[in-house]
This record gives sequence, structure tokens and C-alpha cells, in this order.
Amino acid sequence: MDVLLEGEGELLGWHDPDENRKWILENKSRELCDKRMSVKEAVAKFVHDGDYIAFGGFGHIRVAMALVYEIVRQGKRNLAMAGKTAVHDVDVLIGGGCVNRIEVAYAFGHELRGLSPAGRRAVETGQCKVVAEISNAGYQWRFLAGMMGVPFVSSRNMLGTDTLKKSACKVVKDPWSGKPVCLIPAAYPDVAMFHVPRCDMYGNAQIDGILVEDFELARAARRVIITTEEIVDNEVIRAEPYRTSIPFFVADAVCEVPYGAHPTEMPYLYFFDEEHIGEWLQLSRTPEGTKEYFDKYVFGVKDFEEYLELVGGIRKFNYLKRVEQFREPMKAPWLKK
Amino acid sequence: MANQVTQYNPRELEACVASKMLEDKKSVFVGTGLPMIASMLAGRTHAPGLLIIFEAGGMGPQSPVLPISVGDSRTFYRAVAASSMHDAMSLTQAGYLDYGFLGAAQIDRYGNINTTIIGDWEKPKVRFPGSGGANDVGSLCQRTIIIMGQDKRRFVEKVDFITTPGYLDGPGARERAGLPEGSGPYRVITQLGVYGFDEETKMMKLLAVHPGVTIDEVRENSAFEIIIPDEVETTDPPTEEELRLLHEIDPTGMSIGK
Repeated sequence: MDVLLEGEGELLGWHDPDENRKWILENKSRELCDKRMSVKEAVAKFVHDGDYIAFGGFGHIRVAMALVYEIVRQGKRNLAMAGKTAVHDVDVLIGGGCVNRIEVAYAFGHELRGLSPAGRRAVETGQCKVVAEISNAGYQWRFLAGMMGVPFVSSRNMLGTDTLKKSACKVVKDPWSGKPVCLIPAAYPDVAMFHVPRCDMYGNAQIDGILVEDFELARAARRVIITTEEIVDNEVIRAEPYRTSIPFFVADAVCEVPYGAHPTEMPYLYFFDEEHIGEWLQLSRTPEGTKEYFDKYVFGVKDFEEYLELVGGIRKFNYLKRVEQFREPMKAPWLKK
Repeated sequence: MANQVTQYNPRELEACVASKMLEDKKSVFVGTGLPMIASMLAGRTHAPGLLIIFEAGGMGPQSPVLPISVGDSRTFYRAVAASSMHDAMSLTQAGYLDYGFLGAAQIDRYGNINTTIIGDWEKPKVRFPGSGGANDVGSLCQRTIIIMGQDKRRFVEKVDFITTPGYLDGPGARERAGLPEGSGPYRVITQLGVYGFDEETKMMKLLAVHPGVTIDEVRENSAFEIIIPDEVETTDPPTEEELRLLHEIDPTGMSIGK
């Protein structure tokens, strides 16, 4: 195939398919074993300085926030992040000084809430470097190629644009149609982190609602940490196996963390905590404010349970549940503008 | 038309004008903000059979209120499917999406869009969120509609970065690049009017101005020359019923204003 164009972006997290296959054969256990551990242990064991990391969900929906805070707490450094619709997750990790490289499909924004002060400051001052651009479908298909164990998948997006020029993709002439086609390289994150409504102690996880790209990401990543609202009996999984999105043999750690997605939305269970997200967006306007936020909500609490009390406890979560279920209108500080 | 009102804000007008472009029994891939509200309004007025697809996997939802994000639970409330991004994007690539609906920071005469940076990519003056799903919508939907603000900094001779493809550098360029045949930008809606693209040159052409807007204002608010045809229509102002529906869909005014 003739290579017509090569993107200039850095190729994050790619491996020769035989090398990755060998890694899986040697490192991923097929044993149905108890993988329960604390958030602290999971981060200490599976997230290392310099790793290429990715989060499940959708940036501010169903994000494993207890793991995000723990990464900040443990002071992980020089992480590269998959900016696959990275919203609150990457903003907190950049603000916490943990992430300094990012491949961007979507980052530095908070959708309708506006742009993210911490992320933007970091990228505009060079503290965090954008190493490549891509689109949402492009990132998704990097994980698809990864889970398929092939070097790339072909696609028809990004062609003719600067997004492609600054990506790690290549354009070739399709040997069948003779037309130019984009080749999207596989991505194998060192560790991917997910929050789910239910999971058993082995790592069989079920997701309610849209999967976003979690199906592919969980299978492409080398290590998978799952936080769950509830650890359920294996019989619950086996009663409705068609609900399982992440099977145990790709999972490495299971942590029970009720409300573990706070302040992001957990479909059917609790809405965005706009009050808390608003406090972050306000404080993260300055480095001093960012420090104040982390001193209060990460370093000032001993664990995620204490954090949940600090952000409003049971009263707050009852309210967020009512909003999620359309029983109460949403309120948000950014709506006053 | 009966029941038209004279008091409305630009966002209300843009949402109403945009919603009328969406046809019943067709499909639309919807981005955050005004595209969502315009699509939901179309679904509650002339296009009850409009199929709304969200990139994160929500398909055919019936949400009583506007989602905050293209991936929150409102995007699959009473939906026909809560699926995945791979599914939504693949369906789009295969040809199931008639319309795509986007916002933009900068646009040029060929409808190329920038939502990535202002300045130099290596050291940007301003960093925007990047493509998100925009490149995918602009690449893979058959007809793309863009809603954005218009002034000389946004309607530019050359965008700082082509995040999302319009007609690139002119007729045939999309197909030469490998993008799907016959796809491309269809309409641009701003606070001043509605634009299409000339069939032959693929350059932006004025189709209609909003009530009270002059052609001079259209020209003054673009850094490139917009094709002005002999006949330019005037858009319909919102009706009372449309305004009522807009505020029913967006009760907090997060997208449409108060």
C-alpha cells in the first residue's frame, strides 16, 4: 500500500501486535480469583509514573473519580493521558500535577460549562504538552484495533484535515477501492480505569446505559482497575450474563466504592454535582485555588468516605438522585451567568 | 405567519431557524448546546419522526429536558437503544446519518472549521477542546449544519487549524482526500442569517438574513467575501408556540438563555 501521508503526532501506547500478545499470554491470568482491594492498593500496584492511562465513561459521566483523587494523593507523575472526551477527569489530574502529556480528541473543556481553567493554563504555559490530535471516533477506533490485536483499523474520518496531520495516523491508498483511507493505529493503555454500577469480586462488570467506549478500552488496556457502586455475588452476574460488558479475565483489580463517580454523573443513580464541579472550576482559576481544592478534598481527608461526607453526605446524594430521576430540577452555579 | 413574536433573543431565533432545516423521518447526529435544542424542537413540531443519534451511544431518546452533555443519561432516556460510540460512529460512516449538527469557533469560505487552537499548534495562544466528535460529524454525515457566532474573527480567510473538514480547498477536494462522496457542509446559521454553499465553487453563499439584518452587516462581519445572490430571503421569527417549547425543553435556560 502506498503511504500518501504520515501524521506528525506522537504515537502513544502502540505495540507490535506480537509483542502485546506475548505480554497478554505472560501477564493476564485466566483464573477466576478474588481481585478485591482498596483504591489505595489498586493505584499503588497498577499505576506507575510515566504510564499511559485512560478512563472509562465520558469525561464527566461515569468516571472512576475515587481513582482520580487517589492518583493525585499518591503524587503520581509524568502520566500520559488518553484525551478521549477527557473532561473533569483530565482537568483534575492536570491540576494535580500528575498528567503532563495528552493525546487530544476532546480536552480542556467542560461542555456547556465552558472551558477548563486548570487544563488550559497548563497547556498554554507548556506545563502539559499536547502530543497528538485525533477525533473521538479516531480514539475509539485506536482501542478497537487494540482489542482486536491488529496494528491498525482503517477509517474514512479526519482525511484532508490538520487533525489528521497532527495525529499519529497515516493515509494510504486502499488496495480495493483505490481511494485514500485513514489508518488508525492501535492503542494499548498501560492502565484503564472504570466505574460501574455492579461487579463481582472476580471483575465481571456490568454497565447500565450507554457503554461509550468502555467495551473496547477494557479489552485493549494492559491493566484494568474497576471501581463499583456495589460488589455483587457471582450468581447475580450469571443470572443475566448478557449484561456483562467487562469480563473477569481482563480485570486486574476490583474496588467497592459507593458514589465513586462523584461529582460526575452516574446514569440512573446520581446526577452531576454541579455545586462541586462549580467549586472546582472557580478555585482552579488560579494555582493557589487549585492547591486549596486539593488540600481540602484530597490531602485533607483520609479516604473517599470522608470526602463523601465533606461534599454533603447523604443529604447531597439524595438530592442528586432526585435530579437524576427527574424528580427535582437541576441547579448549577454556572447557570447564573 | 400567525402568532409570530417580536421579542426574542438571537439564540432562540437561531434554534428555531435551525430546527426547520431538519426533515421528518431523517436522522441527525447532534452536538452539545444549540444543536441539541434545535433537534429536540424539530422533534416536537414538524419532525416527530426525526431520529436523533448521540456520539456516545444514545439513539432515538425522548428526554423531557435538554442534556448537559452528548453522553449524559438524558441522551438515552426512553431511547430505542443505549449503545456505544463504536456503534454510533460506524453507523455514521456507513451512511445512516443524513444530517450532522455542530458548533464552531472559526470557519472559512469552504466551511472548514477550527475548534482546536488560536495561534500556533506547538505554542497556542488559546487552546480549545479539539475535535471531539466534530471531525467525525463533518467527515461522515451526509449534510452538516453549523451554528456559530459571526464576526471577522470567526468568519476568517484562513482558519488557524482545520479541525473538521468543510470543502477543504474547493470542488472535488473532499472526494480526492477520501471523504465520503457527496458529503459536506450544508448550512451555516449565525446571529445574522443563513448561508449555504455555491454548487459550483463550494464557496459560502448567503441564503437568508434574519429579520432586521442588512446585507451590509453580513459583509461587515466576515473577513472573506460571501457570495450574495440577487434574491435573499428573510427568516421567519419564532412563533409563541416555538418559544414556549424551547423553554420547556431548556427550563433552566442553560443553552437558550432566560
